[in-house]
Amino acid sequence: MFARLPDTAGAAVPVTIDGAAFVAREGDSVAAALFAFGLRACRTTALSGAPRAPFCMMGACHDCLVTIDGRANQQACLVLVAPGMSIATQHGAR
Amino acid sequence: MSAMSPVDVVVIGAGPAGLAAATTCAHHGLATVVYDEQPSPGGQVYRSVTASPLAKRDILGGEYLHGAELAALFRKSGARYVANATVWSVAAAGGSFEIAVSTGRHQAREARLAHARTVVVATGALERPFPIPGWTLPGAMTAGAAQALLKTAGLVPRGRLVLAGSGPLLWLVASQLLQAGVTAQALLDTTPRGRLAQALRFAPAFLRSPYFARGRDLVRAVRKRVRVVEYVEALAIEGSGAVGAVRYGTREREETLPADLVLLHQGVVPDVNLASAIGCGLAWDAVGACFAPVVDEWGGSTVPGVYITGDSAGVAGATAAEARGRLAALAIANAHGRIDGSARDRGAEGPRRALAHALRGRRFLDALYRPGDAFRIPEGATLACRCEEIASATIARVAREGCAGPNQMKTYTRCGMGPCQGRYCGLTVTEIIARETGRSPASVGWLRARFPVKPVSLGEIAALPVSAAARAAVERPE
Repeated sequence: MFARLPDTAGAAVPVTIDGAAFVAREGDSVAAALFAFGLRACRTTALSGAPRAPFCMMGACHDCLVTIDGRANQQACLVLVAPGMSIATQHGAR
Repeated sequence: MSAMSPVDVVVIGAGPAGLAAATTCAHHGLATVVYDEQPSPGGQVYRSVTASPLAKRDILGGEYLHGAELAALFRKSGARYVANATVWSVAAAGGSFEIAVSTGRHQAREARLAHARTVVVATGALERPFPIPGWTLPGAMTAGAAQALLKTAGLVPRGRLVLAGSGPLLWLVASQLLQAGVTAQALLDTTPRGRLAQALRFAPAFLRSPYFARGRDLVRAVRKRVRVVEYVEALAIEGSGAVGAVRYGTREREETLPADLVLLHQGVVPDVNLASAIGCGLAWDAVGACFAPVVDEWGGSTVPGVYITGDSAGVAGATAAEARGRLAALAIANAHGRIDGSARDRGAEGPRRALAHALRGRRFLDALYRPGDAFRIPEGATLACRCEEIASATIARVAREGCAGPNQMKTYTRCGMGPCQGRYCGLTVTEIIARETGRSPASVGWLRARFPVKPVSLGEIAALPVSAAARAAVERPE
């Protein structure tokens, strides 16, 4: 759904997304890394189980909640990737 | 956990208004701290301007680069900058304010209390809710979100792209994506028939404004390369699990366009949550169909010591935000005894001229791009509240059953009580209640935001310092 412009700067930042190795870039938010990885949904809602993805990318909508380094309910659009970071999609409870 | 020594001014937000206000406060010798929720200064309009990875930043336009100058002046000003800082409470406490702010990396978020004599709210604007069927599906996002991915990460849409909505930012994002080599299936323009005629009374100012030539060129450039469908009256996003298509209707026809990504936008509105929670007065803007805080010519709110500036005081764009930030700072410097009234007024001349220039033509844009009722006041199963997944029909039914307003609506339905705290449903709820009860949105009012205005963990709250009196109030005597 998203592709990186070929001449984008930034050092490689290795992370895992639901256990899979992925190389993000320095300066990527976790949400940007999820899009670059090719993920469509980042969570399911607690009420209906509907899939959701980052919507506003500016910290307001809270649809991008994911689990980062074991901590649930983190706003993926506000947290920058760091080497070795473990990112997991989140299902249900928040 | 720690308490910090009091400062003169706390500025919340580091977009053009916050940066200009903080820089000017610091120049007048005021101890100033800026709390910014984002990882680097610039706000949304100048997002990542000090850290953009783009090789060709010129695709973002010359105005974007002005943000770098603003950030550089701020860095040299002596004001302190705190990134990744979420302010979630502001309380008056004996002539000053106690500000609860969470800072630090995600593994170790820590809440602190800061104290300041003056608070500047510069929290900017949000893209207006766009409640249509399917707007919560993965693959549907705001145009501003796609722009943020471009600015911060050099990511551009791939696959079948449809843009839908109205307003200057939609055309700007379309043009930036085209310049970055993206192709789009269509731009579905939801500007209603007759809006141009309604806006014409503001046309003389608009024709002399900086927006006219720029907007005309932008629209022309996009039209050359993308199919534009005008007067779209109905819009629905379809798909199971993710976006698969966009169905739209005009007076003449209905069509379904296969799509992987839909970028939605129908204008921006002030983010009034923090101002509302502080207790600042709000007023309904009938042309813009949104609430904005009541402020004086310096940005002073109805709560003494609290200034609201930039787009959070009423959407007027980056140039106006910068000027209003300076004006607020001059009033604050005067209130703190750093400059007298005549120095304040002399200093204000430049920013007032810049503000007048930037405001010229805005009303034309507000009137032209006021979204149609069908896209502001949804019906049926369309979700009004994304967080609590509440259908428009539920809001309408509860309103007809006698629900007094948005605050009671929270109690009855939980609408507005999810993590976004009403930011993406508040206007929709007000307007559905108004429609169902025959009242004006002004009399229905905005949901009263409560602290914490952003979700915060119990651990963060528990780590805050507690006074001896507060502890004694809840401790059982031995």
